[in-house]
Amino acid sequence: MSRQIDVSDLDIYYGSFLAVEKVTMEIRPRSITALIGPSGCGKSTFLRSLNRMHEVIPGARVEGKVVLDGQDLYGSGVDPVAVRRSVGMVFQNPNPFPTMSIYDNVLAGMRLNNKRMKKSEADDVVEQALRGANLWKEVNDRLGRPGAGLSGGQQQRLCIARAIAVQPQVLLMDEPCSALDPISTLAIEDLMGKLKEEYTIVIVTHNMQQASRVSDRTGFFNIEGTGKPGKLVEMDATDTIFSNPSVKATEDYVSGRFG
Amino acid sequence: MAQSTQQGSPAGEPPEPGTSPEKPDFGTLTKFQPASLADSMHDSLPRWAPLAATGLGALVAAALLAVTDLHVALAVIAGTVVAIAAFTIASRAVEGERAATDRFVTSLVTVAFVLAMLPLVSVVWTTVSRGLARFDYAFFTQSQAGIIGEGGGAYHAIMGTLIVTGIATIISVPIGTMTAIYLVEYGGDNKLSRVVTFLVDVMTGIPSIVAGLFSLALFTLLFGPGLRIGIMGSIALSVLMIPIVVRAVEEMLRIVPARLRESSYALGVPKWRTIVKVVLPTAASGIASGVVIAVARVMGETAPLLVTVGLATSTNLNPFEGRMATLPVFAYYQIAFPGIPPQAFIDRAWTSALLLILFVMTLNVGARVLAKALAPKTR
Repeated sequence: MSRQIDVSDLDIYYGSFLAVEKVTMEIRPRSITALIGPSGCGKSTFLRSLNRMHEVIPGARVEGKVVLDGQDLYGSGVDPVAVRRSVGMVFQNPNPFPTMSIYDNVLAGMRLNNKRMKKSEADDVVEQALRGANLWKEVNDRLGRPGAGLSGGQQQRLCIARAIAVQPQVLLMDEPCSALDPISTLAIEDLMGKLKEEYTIVIVTHNMQQASRVSDRTGFFNIEGTGKPGKLVEMDATDTIFSNPSVKATEDYVSGRFG
Repeated sequence: MAQSTQQGSPAGEPPEPGTSPEKPDFGTLTKFQPASLADSMHDSLPRWAPLAATGLGALVAAALLAVTDLHVALAVIAGTVVAIAAFTIASRAVEGERAATDRFVTSLVTVAFVLAMLPLVSVVWTTVSRGLARFDYAFFTQSQAGIIGEGGGAYHAIMGTLIVTGIATIISVPIGTMTAIYLVEYGGDNKLSRVVTFLVDVMTGIPSIVAGLFSLALFTLLFGPGLRIGIMGSIALSVLMIPIVVRAVEEMLRIVPARLRESSYALGVPKWRTIVKVVLPTAASGIASGVVIAVARVMGETAPLLVTVGLATSTNLNPFEGRMATLPVFAYYQIAFPGIPPQAFIDRAWTSALLLILFVMTLNVGARVLAKALAPKTR
């Protein structure tokens, strides 16, 4: 399932504004890669460029290469819709579809694409995805209830279940815990540890403890000032980044001296 | 403790010894302390005070009517002014300046509300009281075919109104909804969508007779002069209805959170499917009530139907051939050109009006029920 992503010389624009400059990065399979950095440094923008969600915003575009499994995601003839099917995404705020039940939310990726499946098959997918997202035990007796009736932490795990139900190769998470309480955060962090056995996970987080707890490798993004593009300053094993970074700015950031 | 005794004490009474408002102990905090908390406490007027003021106003008005030969409206206005003045002065004496201002403005707002309600209540009352005379079985089952004086009903007009507005709805809802989808989901801020938005705004304001004349001109151009058929009325009504539908649907689509669209895209769902399966269902309740209210708006239009559909005395259910009766036009002719005895015609007009009000009311209630049934649930 899980695949390596190689990003080379990626420039990300909003219209004519260069938001992120020259990122070259290797994202390893079966591991969690954390992206940290001050607000506005472009880490979320970079994350969204990994499944072509960036171009949903009018005027947004990228230059450079993102290669997943030998295939350039931005190559000509590549359908962004197909890219998003193999690179799933979980957002900052839990956003289950309000018109759908828990069951239908998990199946949304299939149902919305009109994929026909037998009832037993669908039941299996729902159970697998909810078990995968550590939510099955809490909701298996009320799958027909609206997804919006769950607590925030449960909704976020429902969104994770929805993302993994389509069996993507990569899972992108954009500050998945910033709207959650510590207990729900812990549940999601445990879940990430479990998911990395099967998926390549990239997580953007503002919480440095979280990055050091869950990730294998960490990339530090920084920005020199307002209006300047964000850059990948340093990327290394998480232990190295947090204990012995090679760049002064990284050390200042992880030790809380700025940012 | 001291606080509670002060709460009960009337305004202006000095606070009890030992609870002096100067509190030097608070140090720097003193300036943030509402030092005059004790001073600012007042009694409040009893809860029946507004009622009493209203009663006073009514008494003044009644007295004026009894003593002078003032017009009723003037007497009521005088009574209202006296009531508000007395109420405000009493409030200022007991409750203080700020509360008195609040009371005064509340009174003004209440008067404005009553003024706004008056015509509505008056219309409903007049229509119900005069319309009940012919609100009978025959009115719903018989047409005016062969009727010269009394009797007959408006079955033909009821069916005509349902058919003409029904077809107008079938034409307007898809066009209006799709225009709104274009504006919100595809157009963005491009030139075409700005032009469309401008035209929709203009169309919202066009007089209804213009819509009728447009339809008349269109059909005259296509089929020659003198044609009066139901579909012409439907076209005229759609011209009025489309902008209302566009506005309502556009507003509903705009409040669907962008993150729902994004999470659908992130699941690999193409844009058009996201619109059909995520955006429209989420907005469905608002769209449904918007459409129903648009139907209610055009149902009572008279002028465009007068010039396009005309009037018939017998039932015609075919919108593509022959004149048709509709409730508003029927009511107009009954009251404008009464026969003999005139009362029978006037009664029929009022009952038609009552029926139109009932239709519109039912549609509005239906819109609420529909909105509630379609709204996303959390339980």
